[in-house]
Order: sequence, then structure tokens, then C-alpha cells
Amino acid sequence: MTEPTFQPSEEQLHAYVDDFLPEAERMAVERYLADHPSEALRIEAYRQQNAALQGLRALPEAHPFTLPEFRPRVRWRAVALRTAAAAVLLLAGGGGGWWLHGHLERGRPLWMRLVEQAERAHQTFVPEVVHPVEVTSAHEQHLRTWLSRRLGTPVTVPVLKRHGYDLMGGRLLPASPGPAAQFMYQDAQGNRLTLYMLAAPTGRRDTSFRYVQDGALRICYWMGQTMDFAITGEMPRDQLDGIAKSVYLQLNHMKPPRVGAW
Amino acid sequence: MDDFGRLIEQELPRLRRYAHALVKDPERADDLVQDCLERAWRKSHLWVRRTNLRGWLMTILHNLYANAARKHSHTPTMVSLDDAAAPPATPPSQTETLSALAVREALQTLPPDQQQVLLLVGMEQMQYAEVAELLRIPIGTVMSRLYRARERMRVLLAESTRPTLRRVK
Repeated sequence: MTEPTFQPSEEQLHAYVDDFLPEAERMAVERYLADHPSEALRIEAYRQQNAALQGLRALPEAHPFTLPEFRPRVRWRAVALRTAAAAVLLLAGGGGGWWLHGHLERGRPLWMRLVEQAERAHQTFVPEVVHPVEVTSAHEQHLRTWLSRRLGTPVTVPVLKRHGYDLMGGRLLPASPGPAAQFMYQDAQGNRLTLYMLAAPTGRRDTSFRYVQDGALRICYWMGQTMDFAITGEMPRDQLDGIAKSVYLQLNHMKPPRVGAW
Repeated sequence: MDDFGRLIEQELPRLRRYAHALVKDPERADDLVQDCLERAWRKSHLWVRRTNLRGWLMTILHNLYANAARKHSHTPTMVSLDDAAAPPATPPSQTETLSALAVREALQTLPPDQQQVLLLVGMEQMQYAEVAELLRIPIGTVMSRLYRARERMRVLLAESTRPTLRRVK
């Protein structure tokens, strides 16, 4: 009934499960299994695992995935945001700044544009001693009204006291595609974080939080229906995550944009 | 470097399958892929035309997943924005069979190196030698991880899968 000499190796049994065996070997394993019911059960269980794993191959249709554009690679990381060069170019305005601006924007994914601008703004203004902000928190009401008008959408200034950060103030920044607002916060130790809001095309769904790290600097960003947001700071991911959630929830209580109201 | 994007694009379905097999919530699975692509893009200068782009991407993806899984094992799960704005429950997909669900749950209890091998062999149907080359590990290691993964899955699924396979919903 069977060749008593044939004892398949474990590898052969798995290759049988995966249909990798040549016909003759496959038959031999089948004959072996017919005579060894407990082994046959084990191998059948493995085959069922494979079948179920095959079932996981189907991708959800409801979630079409669009690849971010990968276009000519500008080594924007290598532009060394930690050096003053980027800030100088950005602030230079006129020819140099505009050239860099145009060069970097072309064909790049939106998230990268957001992250890069937010990170630059952070690197530029966080070390600032004399003028870290344009309008201080003493004039918060004015800051909010002014930036809402300039960004064309209601701006909420989140409170981060619970996380140990106090609002210092904010400023308006030139950015692409529209103007941006930056709010700066500081904790008791003098650590600063920035919240960057970029006016962006409407009608998109919110994305979830995403994280980018550059040296000690961490950025959490997401894209909303009327604005894109980025929080930048030197802190552990867990802490940034907590702050991001808090900011999101506070922003979420914003009323639907009614530009006319401002 | 222009073809880097095209090369990545070819790997996208595989990356997504892999992420969706590991992560139940489709949004979070796609976030994982997105994070992987971001990291790959940012580190593309490190790749330097090694031919094994697939292995490189799979490794990035899997490390991101393993790190997140470690983190989420002792902190609350990250709430995606959609969850925060809408009722939190994601309704299970109608097409997903019970056995696939059970397998996915069991899969999540495996150590990452076993998950990786089991997915590449069981789901992607890759040859053992291909897996070894992809992960840059000896084929013997591939086999032993596969043995352990399947046996552990079998024990875990022994109670849960068989009754549910017969249950008609």
C-alpha cells in the first residue's frame, strides 16, 4: 500500500503545502499522508492557512490609494534645513527666494510642500530671541481675526496648557499655494513648538496624522478640508502625538468656513 | 533617479496587500504604506540602485509596522481623524470571510520575523529561495521561521477556525 521507506522531510511537507513539489514527490507525500492521519491533519491546517491568507490579498475597493507624485528628486533634505542657508534664501525674497520656491514646488507631493514649508518656518523663527512672533498672545483676539481674514478661513488658536505649552503668539507667512499662519508655543523650560496652518484647496477629506522626523525635530502633519496643518518640535513621538490630537480636536470645533463672516 | 518613482509604483500593490493583511483598518493600512513610501523616498539616496528594491521596501514597511505594533501594545491606538470625527467603529468588510479574519488575528500574535515569512510564502506565494534573497537571510532561517509560524498559527486557530468555518451567517 505504501513504500515504508519514504519519510518526507519537514521541508517537503511545507513545499507540499505550497504546491512547490514536482509531481512525483507530491504523489509520494500524498501517499505518506494517507497513511499518517495526524500528519495529514496538520498539513491540512497549513493548507487552510494558505487559503485564508490568499483571502487577505483582496484590497479594499473603497479605499483607492493614490501614489504621491515622485518627480525629479530635489534633495530637499540635503538642502540642510538646519543650516542658515535655507532661511536666508527664503527670507531673501525677490529673485533667489522665488527661484528656490518655484524650483521646489514643481510636481511635488502636497504633503512634502506642507512639511517643508512648516519645517523651514519653524527653523527660521524658533531660534529668534527678539521677534519670535509678529503678534503676541496679549493680542490673541486680533491675531485670530487677522489671520482668519488673511487665510480666508476661520482660524482657531488651540490651547496647549494641558501639555505644558503656552501660546507666545503668531505670524503670517508667505507660502504656497496660499498664505500660511504660524503659532508658536513655549513650555516652562523654554522649549518651543510651532503650529503651522497652510490655506489649501477645499473639498478634500481629512487625512490621518502622519509623522516625519528630521534629526531631533519631529513633525506631525495632516491635511484638512480647508487647511493643512503641521506641528513641529523637538519632543518624543508620544508627546507630539498627544499634542496633535489635542490640536485636532480643538480645531475640529471650528464652525464650517463662512468666509463672509470675516 | 526619475525611475525610482516608477519602480516604487510597480511594488505598490504588493506593499498594500502586505499592509492590509497585517492591519485590519484600511485607513491605517494605507497610512502604513504612505509612511513607507515617504521614508523610501526620503532615503532613496541610500538605495543606490541595489536591485533588491522590493526587499528594501518590504523591510521598511515591516519595520514601521513592527515599531508601531510594539508601541501600540502599551499605548492606546492612534485615532485616525476620520475616527475622531465619526463613530469609531469600522464595519467589517462584507467580503471578508470569517477564516480570513481569524487568520489575520492569529497572524498579529506572531513575532514580526515569522509574520514576514508567512506572508511572503502564504500570501505572496513566493519561493523559499526568493524569500531568503529578499530578506537576505539563509534559506534555513526562512524554513525554520515558516515552520514555527505555521505551527503557532495552527495551535491558535485550532479552536477558533474550525467551528466558524461551518457556521453560516
